[in-house]
Amino acid sequence: MTVGFVMLCHTALDRAAEVARHWAQQGHPVVIHVDARIRPRPFRELRTALADQRKLIRFSPRHRCHWGSWNLVAATQDASALMLKEFPQVQHVFLASGACLPLRPAGDLAAYLAERPRTDFIESVTTSEVGWTIGGLDIERFQFFFPFSWRRHRRLFDLAVRAQRRLRVRRRVPEGLVPHLGSQWWCLSRPTLEAILQSPDRPRHDAYFKRVWIPDESYFQTLVRRYSTQIESRSLTLFKFDHQGKPHIFYDDHLSLLRRSDYFAARKAWPHADKLYDAFLRPQATGEPRAEPNPGRIDRLFTAAKERRLKGRAGLYMQSRFPTDNFENGKTAVSYSVFQGFSEVMPGFIDWLTHVTETRVHGHLFGPERAEFAGGESIYRGGLSDSARLRDYNPKSFLTNLIWNTRPEHQCFMFGPADNQKVNAFMAADPNARFAIITGAWAVPLYRSGQPLEEIRSEAARLQRVEMELLDLLNQHWTKARVRVWSLAEFLGHPMEPLQTVVEDTAPRLRPRVTSVPPLVDLTGFGAFLQSLRNHGMQPLVMGDYPANDLFHSDDQQSRPYLVS
Amino acid sequence: MLPPRAILCFSAVRNERARLPHFLRHHRALGVDHFLFVDNNSEDGTVDVLLDQPDVSLWSTKAGYKAARFGLDWTTWLQRRHGHGRWCLTLDADELLIYPYCDSRDLRALTGWLERARQDMFPAMMLDLYPKGPIGTAGDPDDPLRTLCWFDAGNYSVQVQPRMRNFWIQGGPRSRALLDDPRRGPTLNKVPLIHWQRHFAYVNSTHSALPRRLNHFYAEDGGEWPSGVLLHTKFLDSAPARAIIEKARGEHFFDGSLYAGYYDAVAADPDLWHPHARRLTGWRQLEALGLMSRGGWV
Repeated sequence: MTVGFVMLCHTALDRAAEVARHWAQQGHPVVIHVDARIRPRPFRELRTALADQRKLIRFSPRHRCHWGSWNLVAATQDASALMLKEFPQVQHVFLASGACLPLRPAGDLAAYLAERPRTDFIESVTTSEVGWTIGGLDIERFQFFFPFSWRRHRRLFDLAVRAQRRLRVRRRVPEGLVPHLGSQWWCLSRPTLEAILQSPDRPRHDAYFKRVWIPDESYFQTLVRRYSTQIESRSLTLFKFDHQGKPHIFYDDHLSLLRRSDYFAARKAWPHADKLYDAFLRPQATGEPRAEPNPGRIDRLFTAAKERRLKGRAGLYMQSRFPTDNFENGKTAVSYSVFQGFSEVMPGFIDWLTHVTETRVHGHLFGPERAEFAGGESIYRGGLSDSARLRDYNPKSFLTNLIWNTRPEHQCFMFGPADNQKVNAFMAADPNARFAIITGAWAVPLYRSGQPLEEIRSEAARLQRVEMELLDLLNQHWTKARVRVWSLAEFLGHPMEPLQTVVEDTAPRLRPRVTSVPPLVDLTGFGAFLQSLRNHGMQPLVMGDYPANDLFHSDDQQSRPYLVS
Repeated sequence: MLPPRAILCFSAVRNERARLPHFLRHHRALGVDHFLFVDNNSEDGTVDVLLDQPDVSLWSTKAGYKAARFGLDWTTWLQRRHGHGRWCLTLDADELLIYPYCDSRDLRALTGWLERARQDMFPAMMLDLYPKGPIGTAGDPDDPLRTLCWFDAGNYSVQVQPRMRNFWIQGGPRSRALLDDPRRGPTLNKVPLIHWQRHFAYVNSTHSALPRRLNHFYAEDGGEWPSGVLLHTKFLDSAPARAIIEKARGEHFFDGSLYAGYYDAVAADPDLWHPHARRLTGWRQLEALGLMSRGGWV
């Protein structure tokens, strides 16, 4: 069986010549169309270079082929007709571009096609089913007129489309045709191609498609639906489009990927990819002729690349990714927990939490003296410094860097109203943030400091104000963080329940059971301390219903602690 | 006469004889077709090294570096004359460009891809490399990356300055260990590779260029655009000695005296290494760490 290759060339003619020679040397005829925009000299050089293959290589009449123009179809028609006429032994015609790279020996392709003599391989889908049209035009490309170039006169093009939408312009599709779209790289059987090219209706078809937008993606794709008996709606040529709808280019480092793809050809190869051309144009042993083209791995790779370009990596802020607020696709890389008041009430809380949840637990990362990294390190992962000055210069970068540098590990850190509050709004809006707060616990260290009340009073008022601002922030309608709040009285009344909740939030997969509470600080006299704050004119609002005698379980039934905020 | 699609590299140098052979080798391998150097009064044989090269054109000046906007006036003039319509790479002698796939695709492939994506600039942030141990011990200028192979992976401050809307990356080991005031931290964002037009100009080293859109090389919608990294080989063993000379010359940006503390810190031959420092293995590592991005290039 013989395959005829039709090549449409417009750049890198030296590479096209190598490929044409490669096919011809394996005994398969090639018809080359060279864009009429190519100057006479390079064209002449191409003809001379291939002069020794005169038997199997022909040149078809030249057309000027702009992107998406009818001339591309006309060039294909002329070249295919020439192929069918000059080489009667050809049973299938394979349409390729000058930038296509053959991946498997032509013998493989011939054997593959010999087993499927009447099958036409052409991507052909109805307009409502393609998801890839650029510019949002699908059925409209068959119904409107397109007097302006999309590439060169984009604004006029859009204007014309809008006007025709408004005027409800509808061109009639010729009878017997149902518009279909698909990639232009097909492989058609002789009977189908002859039926299309020699159809008595061809003048009508051509006249219609001359005014369709991008007819090279729809002319053959539509007509095969009328004339073919057996369509495989897929291409034997590997090609991939990027997020802008431009074909991806294959480079030297794609060699093994292309080898394993089992496609018969790939488009487009980088003209300077010497390794690729060397590897694939060298005479190859015939592979497994029955191997089916296998897009799996390649699809995954290219889908991931598109995703990376359009969505990026969550929580990454860097030189070529700096999303504006609320366009981050994830403000931080992974989840993290913020604990306010816990280490004030339970001095051993950090070690306890590390042990129970198996996560990384830092001290006060935003503390006024320094960033208290876990393990007391002064330089943490990624080179983060514990200097408060460096951190406070850009606290948002500090936080996002820490979460990014330690991903996928879950970070926990202590927080409090005495710490830097600059990133509160950022964390509140971050679904990855988990706040657990014991309100009023900041008063415990003040009480235990033993300083005179006059000095403590204003500091207590300040810390309370800061904490209330945070609570207020976490109550906003746009807050996305998970927030748990207990008043100090509520927590001390029943510490087990809140602790069980926070460890489950922190390590949901581990689901640890809390069996013992870490030791609480001695709070004897704290009730009296709160009373004397009141006596000095500072009203403690966030501690809950703290009993004056520091006893919680004497009269449980009567006074249940309640949530303040 | 330079071919129309030649990729050019511009650089203003002073006393860089030790670094230049590796610098030239590295960028030649990436596909730079021709180097255009301005020598500013070197005394260490820099000129001889450059005159020896087949692909270098050399200009010389004895004028002051600071007065010439840190060499920019010289290179800008060369870019206007020779860069128009070409891809131009502007580097200091202690910068080595790497970018996604740089081990298998040359600059012609990169710039060709950028052109197809209608992007006429390519950012590359500076990554300060340091040795393990005091910086004065990192010899081997023949292959600086042999000893200068450690870096800070994730301590960079990224922000858009509210007033001028300037994009600003700072941080790294210099901010961490050598500077007292984080506001004076080194500017690390650069846009060294530009498809040059006659009316373009660099403003502040290659940190920013005009027209302003050339500095808008980052996606704001959450996506990632392509970027590379400039490996910064500043901390070779000569760095402490150089710091003393530079402090005396006082030709730093802005007010040189603000950086007196910094020069003293470098002159004291510090050890920048720490247990969380990362060892450089290649572009894939930097891409995975998020210091550069392939931005949809496959």
